[in-house]
Amino acid sequence: MRIERHPILNFDVKKKVFFTYNGKRVFGNEGDTIASALHALGVRKLSESIEKHRPRGFYCAIGNCASCNMIVNGKPNVRTCVTKLEEGMVVAEQHGKGVLYEKS
Amino acid sequence: MRKVDFVIIGGGPAGLSAAHKAAEAGLSSVVIERDDKVGGQLVKQTHMFFGSKKQYAKTRGIDIANILIGHCKAHDDLIEIMTNTTVTGLYDDYILTLLTDDVYHKIEAKAILVASGASEKFMLFENNDLPGIYGAGAVQTLMNVYGVLPGEEVVMVGSGNIGLIVSYQLLQAGVRVKMVIEAASQIGGYKVHASKIKRLGVDILTNHTVKRAIGDDTLQKVEIVEVDDQWNMIEGTEKIIECDALCISVGLSPLSTILGMLPVKMKYVGKLGGNVPVIDYHHETTMNNIFVAGDVCGVEEASSAIVEGSIAGLFIANRLGYKHPEYEKEMNDLTQQLENLRSGPFGVKTVEGLRELRGENDV
Ligand SMILES: Cc1cc2nc3c(=O)[nH]c(=O)nc-3n(C[C@H](O)[C@H](O)[C@H](O)COP(=O)(O)OP(=O)(O)OC[C@H]3O[C@@H](n4cnc5c(N)ncnc54)[C@H](O)[C@@H]3O)c2cc1C
Ligand code: FES
Repeated sequence: MRIERHPILNFDVKKKVFFTYNGKRVFGNEGDTIASALHALGVRKLSESIEKHRPRGFYCAIGNCASCNMIVNGKPNVRTCVTKLEEGMVVAEQHGKGVLYEKS
Repeated sequence: MRKVDFVIIGGGPAGLSAAHKAAEAGLSSVVIERDDKVGGQLVKQTHMFFGSKKQYAKTRGIDIANILIGHCKAHDDLIEIMTNTTVTGLYDDYILTLLTDDVYHKIEAKAILVASGASEKFMLFENNDLPGIYGAGAVQTLMNVYGVLPGEEVVMVGSGNIGLIVSYQLLQAGVRVKMVIEAASQIGGYKVHASKIKRLGVDILTNHTVKRAIGDDTLQKVEIVEVDDQWNMIEGTEKIIECDALCISVGLSPLSTILGMLPVKMKYVGKLGGNVPVIDYHHETTMNNIFVAGDVCGVEEASSAIVEGSIAGLFIANRLGYKHPEYEKEMNDLTQQLENLRSGPFGVKTVEGLRELRGENDV
């Protein structure tokens, strides 16, 4: 859900930015962070907690708490609340601690 | 390695004001900011500020940010602003390690100002980690910076100024605020802010807290409960409220962790919001040439962050050999401004906290 009318702020219609979320092609707006784009699409669960696999969303939205970690372009533990959305990004829900480099 | 005179960690009102005052005196600085823009907490504040004219009262937070940025741009020969860069390390040989877009680099400074702000406190209750439970500042960022709504029906926890202001901003954005709950027996924030949302039909329930959150993958309901004056839950008073977002606004604590890497003396002072560095009147820590300003040394307001940053900027410039042409006049004026800001009823806590920090109560 996006704000359509606001008494003080002006949210002009922006360019669409297409990206992949859990394998689906979706889009956000230019200027979005990954987390804000997903939230606007109704996605609130971003990852699962490491031990108990409880759903996690964002909490602080300014990069302090790491509650919003996801796998972005194959890289785990990306703080999606402060990472700008880019065209063609591949974003996936993170389960577990994440693996930086697959063993070959 | 790059060597500079003055590094400022954090581009909020404190950091920007320090850079500006230092530049007026002729000292160059590098402002390091992890976000893609400077302005700190101001960039999401659509309401008009209180205080006196000198700190831009009656101006919206977002506009104050632009004024401060303008001051720095006017000195762009002396002030370098490095965005998208997080300070990851701070060492006792005055070297900072930085991360810019996954590239790790270092910078050395003669003097360092830590102006990293504060972070939101959290609350203990069952299921408090469900998606849909957000800090008040997070909701503000989501709405006012990105234009995205946090949910359709929100319950706000905490009736301090931030809780009240964010409730009003939620209403402005078209979100239904079901209620504001407050554990204390009185509303914490200014009466004007409380009246504004009451007029719009939002109840403020004092002596209430959250018992648990309910939902599968995201928040669907919260259970609230009455508390007595010692904040003990009163059994049998539980109520279930449907909502898809719970907004937590129970205070901020100084984001002072990075100072833990240095041998500076820290002290826990509840009245200043948590763990803060011990400082003198010019905001210097117990380590030579390491300074702090703004919320990181005591959670207060943007107005005081601006003045504290200015004092530190002026003083540091002088220390490094760049005396402001009107140093004495400026310093007296700024010191006076800070005193005035803290003279009202809401300043008492800070004044007492600072006394505790400096050990002035120990005699
Ligand atoms: C809802 C709300 C309403 C408010 N209303 C008012 C009001 O009416 N009047 C008023 O005077 N004040 C108000 N305030 C308070 C005011 O916004 C803050 O006190 C002020 O912003 C503090 O300034 P600062 O410069 O210390 O910190 P901040 O504004 O928090 O800036 C700190 C900056 O440092 C950056 N940073 C942190 N760590 C690092 C790192 N390691 N590396 C790089 N960068 C880093 C952060 O990204 C941030 O930009 C309000 C606050 C809120 C949340
Ligand atoms: S939500 Fe806290 S770091 Fe992203």
